[in-house]
Amino acid sequence: MIAAATVGGILLASVTLYAVLGGADFGGGLWDLLAGGDRRGRAPRRLIDETITPVWEANHVWLVFDLVIFWTAFPDAFAAVMTTVALPLWLALLGIVLRGAGFAFRKEASGPGLQRAFGATFAFSSLLTPFFMGTVIGAIATGHVRAGASQSSLAAWTNATSLLAGFMFVGACGYLAAVYLTGEAARSGDAVLKAYFTRRAQAAGIVTGALSLAALAELHSSDVALFSRLTGRALPLVIVAGLSGIAVVTLLAASRRTTGWVMIAVRVIAALGVAAVVWGWGVAQYPVLLPGTAVTLSNAGAPHTTMVALVALFIVVVLVIGPAFALLFSLHGHRLLNAGDGEPLSAVASAGTQSPAGPPRQQPARQRPGARNTMLGLVAVAALVRAALRRRRDR
Amino acid sequence: MTHLGGIAATVAVRVNGQVIPARAQMATTLGFHIILACLGIALPSTVLLAEFIGLRRSNQVALVLARRWSQAMGVLVAVGAVTGTVLSFEMGLLWPGLMRKYGAVLGLPFGIEGLFFFLEAIFTAIYLYGWRRLPGWAHFWTGMPIALSGILGAMSVMAVNSWMNQPGGFTQRDGRIVSVNIWQVFFNHAAIYEMPHMILAAYMVTGFTVAGVYAAGILRGRRDRYHYTGFAISFVPAAILTPFQIFVGDTATRAIAHDQPVKFASMEYVPRTSTHVPEWLGGVYVNGHIYGGLKFPDVDSLLVGFGPGTKVTGWESVPPAQRPPVVWLIHLCFDAMVGLGFLLLLAGVWALYAWWRHRRLPRQRLFWLLAAVSGVAAIVAMECGWVVTEVGRQPWVVYRLQTTTQAATTDGGVIASLSIVIVLYAVLGTATILILRSLARRWHRSDVEEADVPYGPSPRLRSRSRDRAAGQVKP
Repeated sequence: MIAAATVGGILLASVTLYAVLGGADFGGGLWDLLAGGDRRGRAPRRLIDETITPVWEANHVWLVFDLVIFWTAFPDAFAAVMTTVALPLWLALLGIVLRGAGFAFRKEASGPGLQRAFGATFAFSSLLTPFFMGTVIGAIATGHVRAGASQSSLAAWTNATSLLAGFMFVGACGYLAAVYLTGEAARSGDAVLKAYFTRRAQAAGIVTGALSLAALAELHSSDVALFSRLTGRALPLVIVAGLSGIAVVTLLAASRRTTGWVMIAVRVIAALGVAAVVWGWGVAQYPVLLPGTAVTLSNAGAPHTTMVALVALFIVVVLVIGPAFALLFSLHGHRLLNAGDGEPLSAVASAGTQSPAGPPRQQPARQRPGARNTMLGLVAVAALVRAALRRRRDR
Repeated sequence: MTHLGGIAATVAVRVNGQVIPARAQMATTLGFHIILACLGIALPSTVLLAEFIGLRRSNQVALVLARRWSQAMGVLVAVGAVTGTVLSFEMGLLWPGLMRKYGAVLGLPFGIEGLFFFLEAIFTAIYLYGWRRLPGWAHFWTGMPIALSGILGAMSVMAVNSWMNQPGGFTQRDGRIVSVNIWQVFFNHAAIYEMPHMILAAYMVTGFTVAGVYAAGILRGRRDRYHYTGFAISFVPAAILTPFQIFVGDTATRAIAHDQPVKFASMEYVPRTSTHVPEWLGGVYVNGHIYGGLKFPDVDSLLVGFGPGTKVTGWESVPPAQRPPVVWLIHLCFDAMVGLGFLLLLAGVWALYAWWRHRRLPRQRLFWLLAAVSGVAAIVAMECGWVVTEVGRQPWVVYRLQTTTQAATTDGGVIASLSIVIVLYAVLGTATILILRSLARRWHRSDVEEADVPYGPSPRLRSRSRDRAAGQVKP
């Protein structure tokens, strides 16, 4: 039971990470969609592009990881979910394919017409995935997924609560993205863009909050059991989520001039708010996996050894992936990863002739101490590895 | 009794109604993704080799190649990431029966693959977008985790596939899995040969595909250092690996003759268990007759056990319901894979001979034609190999434990998703090729300024890089 509960926690943790990291990337698509014409939307689109580009694939892996943990640890529940809500899952998947491909293609496409087409594909499909994922979670939470289901069900995810959950997910993704983008704009010192995304973050926060309240009200009449658990043992988390929303909206209103740590705090609080919603759902359901059925964390099909192996795997993942993600985010944060790599290659070649031993390297512009330290660290690691290799060769 | 039989028949028909479209969809999506997976596994190593040569020997051409290949890699990795996600979903959406029964077993190698997928995605981002700001060797080393995790990730996925061919490492009680030995699941009987076979295939597909692009350019008269360097860096590793691949494949076939005799019998047209079994090259098997094809007496027995008296198990050793469908497809795909493997070996031997005699690449136009199609040949060979192993295992999804029918979804609508997938993947494939071609065109006229487009780099950045370039050209 302890192993199963731990794996349940691991699953919820990786769902949370997908929501706060991957969700924001989908939210970026929402703001790209709403950014207006070529000229008006140019600056926000560029910021969205630069912010998402280096990180979206790594963030996306959390989804694959979620799926793998789900089917390995709780195969019965997984099969039931995959059968009952197959249609919204197919549509969410369609969104994933179109979003990723559209985003990758628009960067490399030549000509504004093609870029616009791929950009529109990216932006529209960014709405599909969060919406349909939301309806899936709604269907599970409201007990519409039956154990051992053999047919898909339209009613499972087209009820009011599930649809509200879908809209709530879109709103939450947009909210997270706008908050993160406000921070990015503040960091690059762009006051206009900062104000632009501040307004949108506040609006999205209010809309998402209203949708959440509407969903709660709807649950009060349609699913009393879930409502009482959400306002019972999950109440602290629900309150945390609400407070975090209010805190972000007010801090953003107050921080028009301040930058730095306030912006970091706002981002952390926003992510914590979304995490509180995810964990609120988890706590409300615990230990039941499919509400309304007898399927719980410990009897959903996997033996104890599998659970133990998954816990061990997750520890390894945290130990290995944690530092790697930290490196990625810190390099990205220090502007060492450059998304807009459309530089003419003639410049590359001429730069290369200047420093024969070097790569096509450019002067690291706007270098900060942190950036320099990261770079020095990388060089040091590379030098150590090289020295070790050379020693081995000499031996 | 007849009533019951009637119900069973309708149930079977209804269930089967989803199996064929589900298999078709899995084949389409997997057949598409596997090409990108090969490039995802091996392209980083190829790029790193080019960067290594560029840094070590101050070879500007190799550096430019490395940088351009990594730009193409960015597109391919993104498409590969989403088509790979499609497969993850399909494991549940198409095969809920498989996951319900064996998810707790085959999920573990997938979990390990998730770890390497993470590493790959993170370091790919650092590598791709670090070109401009990270110092040379530091940048090179950020690419090493991608190459390593590509290989280890491929091993994990192949662990699942080979486990389906040779399941083991778990105990069952009352139809439920009660314990799992992860080590035996990961390194199952078939993993020993399937893992190296696929990883070598990935390196060959990537090497020959990239080489094919530059060979085509050379055929069109672009006989410059840039094209010859691009060709050599990609062709040489792939050509070196080809004989090893043939050796691994030969070993694998012999193991299959032992472990999965019915699959082997279909590959080699062995209906009845006997000694002195002939080897068929080509030929179409229909209703007990083999039309066309070349027959070599005793050779199959010779290949399986190094003696003409070796007994080879035929497919008639199992009842008809347990034999794979379309035997001729399995056989012809196997022959095509082996034949193309030897064609690729020939290309490598030709280049080696020219190098040994004249210290240069062959001048003959035929060699460059062969090299230009080597990428397509490698891809076709790999796809044929997958047809052999997957169709050859039918009707089982988990060999001798679960049939594909038991695994497939019972929910209607697979026809709809299959239709959408076919259209979507056709568009996706076309768009990917068009994007890569437009990249190549842009590289050809790289000194021409790009038009001002909404998604290009900012004018600020571009003018800065132009100034910098101008400043560095001046002494």
